[in-house]
Amino acid sequence: MFYRRAGIRHTDYEADWQIWYLRFDKIQVGIVLALALSFPFWVPKAYLQGYLLPWVIWSAAALSLNLLVGWAGQIHLGFSAVMAIGAYSSIHLMRAGFPFELSLLGAGLASAMIGLIFGAAALRVKGLYLAISTLALQFLIDWLLVHIPAISGGTAATVQAPNPRLLGFEVTSDTGLYYIALAWCLMVAAFMLNLSRTGIGRALVAVREKDYAAEMLGISSFYHKSLAFWASSFMGGISGALLAFVFYRAITPTMFTIDVSIQLLAMVIIGGLGSVLGSFLGSGLILLAPGLLNNLVNWTAQAMGLTVSVLILNYLPLVLYGSLIMGFLMFEPLGLAKIYDNARNYFLVWPFGYTRR
Amino acid sequence: MSGELVFIAELGINGALAGLMYALVALGAILIYKSSAVVNFAQGAMVMTGAFATWWVAENLGVPIWLAIPVAVAVVFFAGIGIERVALRRMIGQPLIMIIMITIGLDVLLRGLVPILCGVGPYPLEVGISESPIAVGDILINRVYLVGGGLALLLVLFFIYFFQTRHGIVLKAVSDDYTASWAVGISVERAVGLSWGFAGAVATFSGILWGSIQGVDWTISLVLLKALAVAILGGLDSVGGVILAGVLVGTLENVISAYVDPMVGGGTRDLVAALIIFLTILIKPFGLFGREIIERV
Repeated sequence: MFYRRAGIRHTDYEADWQIWYLRFDKIQVGIVLALALSFPFWVPKAYLQGYLLPWVIWSAAALSLNLLVGWAGQIHLGFSAVMAIGAYSSIHLMRAGFPFELSLLGAGLASAMIGLIFGAAALRVKGLYLAISTLALQFLIDWLLVHIPAISGGTAATVQAPNPRLLGFEVTSDTGLYYIALAWCLMVAAFMLNLSRTGIGRALVAVREKDYAAEMLGISSFYHKSLAFWASSFMGGISGALLAFVFYRAITPTMFTIDVSIQLLAMVIIGGLGSVLGSFLGSGLILLAPGLLNNLVNWTAQAMGLTVSVLILNYLPLVLYGSLIMGFLMFEPLGLAKIYDNARNYFLVWPFGYTRR
Repeated sequence: MSGELVFIAELGINGALAGLMYALVALGAILIYKSSAVVNFAQGAMVMTGAFATWWVAENLGVPIWLAIPVAVAVVFFAGIGIERVALRRMIGQPLIMIIMITIGLDVLLRGLVPILCGVGPYPLEVGISESPIAVGDILINRVYLVGGGLALLLVLFFIYFFQTRHGIVLKAVSDDYTASWAVGISVERAVGLSWGFAGAVATFSGILWGSIQGVDWTISLVLLKALAVAILGGLDSVGGVILAGVLVGTLENVISAYVDPMVGGGTRDLVAALIIFLTILIKPFGLFGREIIERV
């Protein structure tokens, strides 16, 4: 219908190396990019700030986690702790007089160091034990953040983020903040898209599939596991910092609890492990679904003249979110990206379905 | 005895008893791990479900507590079997992260669903144990903790015995190798389902204990971290190991938090559990009594 192809048959290597080798895909990406760039001009401010901005930043964070979970196959139940390190260190660096750009870099480096501590467990154990040790580290770091007043300012304190200053210009408008987030998100996405074409990306996948087998091929699993933890924590730290600067504006340790880690992991898994598109779709679904569901319930209740108790409204998002995780794992373990892929594969050769084997 | 020593002994004994109750929660997770090599991150939520179920039966059906307890245990037992049948069985052969994630999803689901069905609480749960402590010399011991610790010991002993029986040996065989068990005619599905049922029943007992101590509300599910600490320290596949590990975790937690809390302003309990998990995994990943997994290439 849209593609008018009879399958994908490359005739030269150049075509095979491309990220998007179909003209339709290129146009599609272009349209999405144009939409993303134009949002501030026609989307109401409340939606821009309330939905699009968090979607963009959480997508970047989910992509960072996807590098670790999807590409390198390491389980991480404490990613929000890493993001918290990024958020706090960037704010404190900027307050200490560093420029915005350097603070972000510092935040990434600090998070990467903490991420390596998480990784230290990964070098000793894997699978289940890794999951539990990252969970424990999440609690440790949360506790440290709360109990070191120099970082968080005390148990119930909030830390105000200064306005970001890009190249010396102070950014205060919603549009500007949105563009900062979008720029970072695009950088992460570009990195992740290209990763699978590089040697390192392929080595990570080899380590994921079987670390011993990779080791026998001369791929150091020690090095690549550490690298995956380092790189994903670096990107996660900057995402956390941007979350603080651009979206929250003031942070408390309770914004980075274990629930947030689980939410991030849910974004990655519902979106699709090892899929760039999936991280965008997954974070969109996880962020938007609870609000949409509540609106739907409210609207239905009003239409039918019923009153829904606050209790149900409060806990329905949890139910939805839990059943989303379980439902996707049971019925479509490869997530939204796989659903998109199935549809694409169907339409790719439509109406000549028989060409797909 | 001097006052300081009495203080430490009191903390230690009450901590050890509380630790035995953590061990009871851990026991549920270990039963599942022993049959299917899955760590149930929803065990805390299942404990909470057990507590809510007991409260609901006692409150809404108007039955006395001695009848409500077995009814709730049976309900959660079958709920456990149902969870395995509906969710976990589909996941056989999937990558580990999927299986971990589905138990986390179950945890989130239960924490949302149970309050909608039963209300938020906290509800008091009277099990007929007096609140007044027992005095042994100068040391005051919490009566509920004593009953809880005793019950935990009994259940652990029962399961140690159970794994010597025919059914228990079947479970052990299944945990060793699914395919080999199938080949000798063991119903792997039934064995794994049974272990989830047992985990539900054990979770209900711990839920009743925690519910009678702190009231029935969602915070009961936070016991998961402590239970994980106990399970990891004792060894994930060691039923007997939970006793020593539970006593260790409980004592350390109680004594350390009593001394460190005033210095840092509280919250040391979770820190101790998290530290125990992390250090155990770094130093001796398979715990004190766990069987080391040797990976074949």
